[in-house]
Amino acid sequence: MATALDEAFAKAKKDDRCALIGYVVAGDPDMETSRAVIDAVVEAGVDIVELGIPYGDPLADGPTIAAGSQRAIASGATIDGVMRLVGQTKAPVLLFTYINPILQYGLEKFAMGAKRYGAVGVIIPDVPLEELDPIREVIRKNGLIMPMLVSPTTPDERMRKIASDSEGFTYLVSRLGVTGAKDAPDTSAVRAQLEKLRKMTGRPIAAGFGISKAPHIVAVRDYADGVIVGSAIVDAYASAKGAPNAAAAATRLVRLLRLACKRAPAAAASAT
Amino acid sequence: MHKPDERGYFGEFGGRWVPEVLVKPLADVEAAMSEAFADPSFWDEFHGLLSEYVGRPSPITTAKRFAQPRSATIVFKREDLNHTGAHKVNNTIGQALLAKRMGKTHLIAETGAGQHGVAVATIGAKLGLPVDVYMGAVDVERQALNVYVMRLLGATVHEVTGGTQTLKDATNEAFRVWASQCDDTFYVIGSVVGAHPYPFMVREFQRIIGDEVRVQCQGKFGRLPSDIIACVGGGSNAMGIFTAFIDDRNVNLWGVEAAGKGLNTPENAAALAAGSIGVLHGSRSYLLQTNEGQVRPTHSVSAGLDYPGVGPEHAFLKDSGRAKYVAVTDAEAIAAFKACASMEGIIPALESAHALAYAEKLAKERGEEALIVVNLSGRGDKDVTQIEKAEAEAMFTEAVPA
Repeated sequence: MATALDEAFAKAKKDDRCALIGYVVAGDPDMETSRAVIDAVVEAGVDIVELGIPYGDPLADGPTIAAGSQRAIASGATIDGVMRLVGQTKAPVLLFTYINPILQYGLEKFAMGAKRYGAVGVIIPDVPLEELDPIREVIRKNGLIMPMLVSPTTPDERMRKIASDSEGFTYLVSRLGVTGAKDAPDTSAVRAQLEKLRKMTGRPIAAGFGISKAPHIVAVRDYADGVIVGSAIVDAYASAKGAPNAAAAATRLVRLLRLACKRAPAAAASAT
Repeated sequence: MHKPDERGYFGEFGGRWVPEVLVKPLADVEAAMSEAFADPSFWDEFHGLLSEYVGRPSPITTAKRFAQPRSATIVFKREDLNHTGAHKVNNTIGQALLAKRMGKTHLIAETGAGQHGVAVATIGAKLGLPVDVYMGAVDVERQALNVYVMRLLGATVHEVTGGTQTLKDATNEAFRVWASQCDDTFYVIGSVVGAHPYPFMVREFQRIIGDEVRVQCQGKFGRLPSDIIACVGGGSNAMGIFTAFIDDRNVNLWGVEAAGKGLNTPENAAALAAGSIGVLHGSRSYLLQTNEGQVRPTHSVSAGLDYPGVGPEHAFLKDSGRAKYVAVTDAEAIAAFKACASMEGIIPALESAHALAYAEKLAKERGEEALIVVNLSGRGDKDVTQIEKAEAEAMFTEAVPA
């Protein structure tokens, strides 16, 4: 069954570009601004929205997203509130959060709610292969997918297994460490990882963590089916005051990023 | 030996709930640990350092005045007499030796009260390994002496300003740093918490406490204790003293959590008494959290107990009924702290004072045949300023009518 996610990757491929996946912390700094920012990033060219359900102790996230989550929690963001944001978003939405808020909310209730509001799937970074099966069973039963992450520390055999188990796409973590725009990724290493992963899976591959600027996207766009930009978007809207300014700041950044996703004609011809 | 299953679970508690980037580093630690644990030369080196450098075995002391006028015999296990002043050093020596064995060149650690940070800084200096310690800004302020000591020992102390600025956030930061430096860095976790294999590994390095108590009680009293009491934050000193007695059903095991300003207030740090099951720092255990699954801010007068989670093996021991968990308030701990100082000439860590406070209660209920061992997990020099401050605040409160 083709999901809205498959269609987004297919459309990007047809346009000779890698798909742009934009991460936003839901409810950051408040629900009104968040709604405006999400509309803005979709309007400006994000193909897929990765919507972060704020969690106060995010082990996979750096200071930018951790601070965004704290702001959202402080302004009263709830999982129910995030679900309503999903329902109002005009691009495919992948939820991104940690296992504890989901378990406390109730896994089944979470999956049912996410599906009802129109989410495509959920990424849970602290559920590795070893803990996956019982969680994924419930997610799947409710018609959602679970993309999984591979990282620079993942051994080849494990990478093959994750790529085979991952649904929708495989999320390649571009560098050692956590999310954040502070340090640039080693794009040649990312390309090598993408090439390796490409031999292991026929599904799309998207690269994230540290991908924050147009040049990073230009360096990997011919190798990846998608790129994921998070902290840079959060930085952009977080420094703007008020919903209209936050939306405008996010729009400016996303337009630039989207332009960078377009492959050069020669490369596009040979892209996967 | 009670071991977790192959996925690191004690019953339904434990596991390895971590981002993918940390899976391989944890598997590497597990493999190195298994190999080292099977190698007598590793244990020879470990026990050699505990003997020559730490000063083990730590003695037991009968607390004749603290116990009075109660009739039960109360015995202190004197982890406060270890080099660096707490049980923490046992575990850090074990992990630092493992780090060297793995070829790691750098140690990182989180710390709350600072005792674990001091212990890692100490063993880093001894073995020539650079050390970075992550500590919440609130704890940096309330444990200034230990911060100075860590720096004196050559460690770099990083003040963590995110979240509640206490041990929980220091732990988050250490995990994040480890994710970016796992090639050459070993993360020395300070308690029986975190993802597998840490809860098991730390327990095995701390079990020396209970192993010694067993021999010492049999030697001095000709019998095993009736009750063992230890404070529980993450729970390493408690697991360290409990482990040797798990199969002795006649030995009652008591874990004492921090009730802070009361279990009926939000200002406590009693994960087992007031928490629910969740996932924090890579393992499934009891946790203080909101209905939305956000980790709740905690409070304890003792920085070392000011942690919203607890080691997964404690969760297992609680649910299986093998150990009982109780909680005492800040005020009760402070009173026990002072009583121990003035009646026994021992200034205990505020953490240990929680165990002492419960020992006083338990001694009232037990007859003279009872032999109660309290794990005096550390010394209280670091807490003297905190006590002074608490007393000054209390005096101020008393002086100003409501």
